[in-house]
Amino acid sequence: MIILVGTNITEAHPVASTFVKDAVLAGAKLIVIDPRRTDMVDFAEMHVPLKVGSDVALINGVMNVLIEENLYDKKYVDSCTEGFEELKKKVMEYPPERAAEISGIPADTIRELARKMASVKPAMLMYTLGITEHICGVNNVMSCANLQMLLGNVGVECGGVNPQRGQNNVQGACDMGALPNVFPGYQQVANADARAKFAKAWNVKSLPDKPGMMMPTMMKNLTTGKVKAFYVFGENLANTEPDIHHVERELQSAEFLVCQDIFPTETTRFAHVILPAAAWSENDGTFASSERRVNRVRAASVPPGDARPNWWIFKELAKRFGHEWQSSSAQEIWDNEISVLAPSMAGIKYARLENDGLQWPCPTEDHPGTPTLHKGGKFTRGLGMLKAIDYIPPAEVPDQEYPFVLSTGRRLYHYHTRTQTGRSAGINDLLGEETADISTADAEAKGISDGEKISVKSRRGEVVVKARVTKEVPPGLVWMAFHFREACANWLTNPVYDPVTQTAEYKACAVRIDKLR
Amino acid sequence: MDTKITVTIDGQEVSADPGQTILEAARSQGIYIPTLCHYSKTTNVGACRVCVVEVENARSYVASCCAPVTPGMVIRTNTPAIRAAQKMIIELLWSSGDHNCLTCEQNGACELQDLVYWLQIDKPRFPIEHHGYEMDNSNTMITRDLNKCILCGRCIRACNEIQVNEVLDFANRGSYAKVGPAFDADYIDSSCVFCGECAQVCPTGAITFKQAKFAGRPWELSKTRTTCAYCGVGCQIDLYTKDNKIVKVMGNRQYGPPNEGSLCVKGRFGMDFISHPDRISKPLIRHQKGEAFKEAAWDEAYAFIAQRLAAVKKEYGPDSIAGLSSARCTNEENYVFQKFLRGGIGTNNIDHCARL
Ligand code: SF4
Ligand code: SF4
Ligand code: SF4
Repeated sequence: MIILVGTNITEAHPVASTFVKDAVLAGAKLIVIDPRRTDMVDFAEMHVPLKVGSDVALINGVMNVLIEENLYDKKYVDSCTEGFEELKKKVMEYPPERAAEISGIPADTIRELARKMASVKPAMLMYTLGITEHICGVNNVMSCANLQMLLGNVGVECGGVNPQRGQNNVQGACDMGALPNVFPGYQQVANADARAKFAKAWNVKSLPDKPGMMMPTMMKNLTTGKVKAFYVFGENLANTEPDIHHVERELQSAEFLVCQDIFPTETTRFAHVILPAAAWSENDGTFASSERRVNRVRAASVPPGDARPNWWIFKELAKRFGHEWQSSSAQEIWDNEISVLAPSMAGIKYARLENDGLQWPCPTEDHPGTPTLHKGGKFTRGLGMLKAIDYIPPAEVPDQEYPFVLSTGRRLYHYHTRTQTGRSAGINDLLGEETADISTADAEAKGISDGEKISVKSRRGEVVVKARVTKEVPPGLVWMAFHFREACANWLTNPVYDPVTQTAEYKACAVRIDKLR
Repeated sequence: MDTKITVTIDGQEVSADPGQTILEAARSQGIYIPTLCHYSKTTNVGACRVCVVEVENARSYVASCCAPVTPGMVIRTNTPAIRAAQKMIIELLWSSGDHNCLTCEQNGACELQDLVYWLQIDKPRFPIEHHGYEMDNSNTMITRDLNKCILCGRCIRACNEIQVNEVLDFANRGSYAKVGPAFDADYIDSSCVFCGECAQVCPTGAITFKQAKFAGRPWELSKTRTTCAYCGVGCQIDLYTKDNKIVKVMGNRQYGPPNEGSLCVKGRFGMDFISHPDRISKPLIRHQKGEAFKEAAWDEAYAFIAQRLAAVKKEYGPDSIAGLSSARCTNEENYVFQKFLRGGIGTNNIDHCARL
């Protein structure tokens, strides 16, 4: 069985969806938990259109039934997890009736859902940004983990909690320590041994021990003056971050801004220096996919003009700060530095990546890699932690003035801010402009017809955009993407963040829609 | 399952798994049997019958892609009678449409053409039919010329069984039979999501990639295996390039996980940005916001950045500098950037856009 939560897999991870569909054709059962009627619903046994942001309440309700009706995997819970009593106490506060009130899913449907989930083993839970892009994103993720542990589905093949990574190398960027608190391989900067090891390898006297700022804090501190110089490499913040007006004010306040990119973007408009980077096909290297698989990227063409590989540019800059770095190819960087410094990748060397890549942890050169984590219910920390979690509503909920929920994401044909797909001939033909997807009922009530330009407005901004009247969206919801500058959803979205990860609540804010006069 | 069975193929004793088809058993021994409609990961339909073999005591020739091996089976793949039957089939297919290799994009990579050559056919003994189908040129990605279609059905099975997009099917019967979306619609007007799987599996030039047209003959292209630049699935893809341009992107069924040869629209058709004229090709500098950017040499750009960063660091400390890395770029580049900020500047102010 496969459980999809908050993931529009056919559009965001199309090839992964083909395997899910293949599994369904081969007899697997599918449950789709998503406010929208996504394409996968056609293949599903059950679609649970919960209210945006009510995931924790719904899952608590399901767990309530699992425990009340004794449907959970008692043996697994006893031997592989801890925290059950606290969890139980918490979910007892969420009988299906209460969960129903919050999530909009009838109590009996919640019961049916729980029974269905308990009826098949193993079940794999897959989620994407529908879970994480909330102020309670971490709670949502932990709820998914709670549910899967309660069902005894963690640590088995075809089970587990599987996030699909949105970007090609999010996994890798995290693995490489492009995070404020960890060195490559998740070694804490606060740990003196780790600092000593990296300082030695990098030939510096010391390394900073205090975790740095996460992106939203960096951006905020551009206006407070705490951050003076900002170096942005391969990101188009001016379109991707919530509340564009605000983001642009922040970028404007940078005293010194360096952008390193392949195209001029909305963000490079604020730069003092723009450095031309070699693009993906002009560069050797590796990406790590959603399944922690390190795959080779190979150069197939030469960059235009003076454009250079990103690593080359950083190496040259470091020279100006008095550092002579030895590695001078992607392979040398990996083989001689990354895999030497990150124990979980010590066994991964370029020579071993020629074919189908390797999944870390891969500690030694004869290790085959690790496709399934927590195998046999053995967690890195010993026992799996069940966590009692309370529902909290989105930061901004509909009211009289802004009666609709706006939820955002990406569509099949474009990628992020269209820096790339917007410059690919065919793809632009398939989808040439943004739309606001609204339900048939709301369209009728407002007298809006399909294709008509409407106004969508939040407390932060307003866009004029074509309405797309569709059965995919339930009444009360407006759905938009952030691919096009003009009608970009991020003129409207709310810059509020999960307190732990500082992930923005892209999935929920309040808007109003109006016919144009 | 380890009870192997023994069969004889072309006089050679071969051990096979029960349930294997004759074709699979032969191929596992390196014995070549030609095929056209057969396609891995899809149902064996035995439609084209190019894979016929003789099986002792069978009443007629057997389509090897569909027939399972049985213990003691005696199979012949290369008798004159089999070759004659294969020739007949290929000549019929050749004459069934407008197979004009001169202008065909598949020239040199066409499985029909290869079989004509392999079977040493000079010309078909049947008159060539002209269906006069109109080309489907309705979009910028996929061209369809059904005059070159041999009705093998691979595209249909790939669309329905591999991608499960359920767009394509047969319409009409007999010599009017046709493949395509429902109601004979052009791709752009159908529910097609342009994954390009049908073009990838088509053995002839009936479904081809439009942007590859006139961009290079198959033997002029170089092939590079790499990982898709878009989502986190990490599909393995082959880039075909010529004159520093990406001509087409193909999946490869010989590669394993994660995608086993399949792609989506972005991986397939989203790569021509690489050679777009908007690419930044020179460092650009300005001293004040509002000024126009001026092109600069690398040394000048490095010196400018180093001087400004050093000044900020000196006056306000390393933590007044922050860097944003990229989840779109490689591990090595992310590694070097955090090394630069931590080791070069002395700050942990490094993050990336993991959150969208
Ligand atoms: S491009 Fe993909 S979806 Fe469209 S017809 Fe071909 S296989 Fe089907
Ligand atoms: S279009 Fe190509 S793949 Fe489809 S039936 Fe015709 S020849 Fe076969
Ligand atoms: S081909 Fe499509 S599914 Fe595969 S990695 Fe690229 S974007 Fe993702």
